[in-house]
Amino acid sequence: MDVLYFAWVRERIGLPRERVETTAATVADLVEELRSREERYAAAFADLSALRVALDQELSEFDAPLDGVREVAFFPPMTGG
Amino acid sequence: MRISVQEAPFELGAESDAFAAGVANAGAVVTFTGVVRDADQGGLQAMEIEHYPGMTEKALTAIAEEAMSRWSLADALVIHRHGRLAPGERIMMVATAARHRKDAFEAAEYLMDYLKSRAPFWKKEILAGGTSDWVAAKDADEDALKRW
Repeated sequence: MDVLYFAWVRERIGLPRERVETTAATVADLVEELRSREERYAAAFADLSALRVALDQELSEFDAPLDGVREVAFFPPMTGG
Repeated sequence: MRISVQEAPFELGAESDAFAAGVANAGAVVTFTGVVRDADQGGLQAMEIEHYPGMTEKALTAIAEEAMSRWSLADALVIHRHGRLAPGERIMMVATAARHRKDAFEAAEYLMDYLKSRAPFWKKEILAGGTSDWVAAKDADEDALKRW
């Protein structure tokens, strides 16, 4: 699946998107996999309460299943307007 | 209903006129415009607005469709810019048209409340001296959604 990062999450991880091969069942499982990769991922995902997630461009939750999902995006709370 | 996510500036007068001309029988047209504010007395050099292409348009469309269904609106318009903006530049506008002003005002407030917290935009302030800060979401903005 494609994993996208925005705002300070993108800056901390150091890239805007990447292709991730995973068997993670839920968003939280995917986060655990990413956290264990490298320190920059651990830093970006240190506090999930400061993050939001979208699955296929719809806001979702960290306990949501990833079955059939093609695009996951992680970002801080939005500041539009 | 029109949604535009764009880097280019927009003409507030021309957009407002065109919107109003398209709803000549509406009776009430409300517009709101957000402007880059220099909150820190000359410290702000620019505002950089990042967004999530694809999701942004979908989210704004869903928010505007919800407004159209909740209030008796003749039309709604949302324009939101991204990229680098200078203090004083217009960031976004919403316009609503209805038979009566209450619907138009409420729907415009609803659009603003939702697009602040539910449309995937992120603002970064570029300050004098080259430092920068991501603008943090405010609890008050999240709380504002509860009244709807």
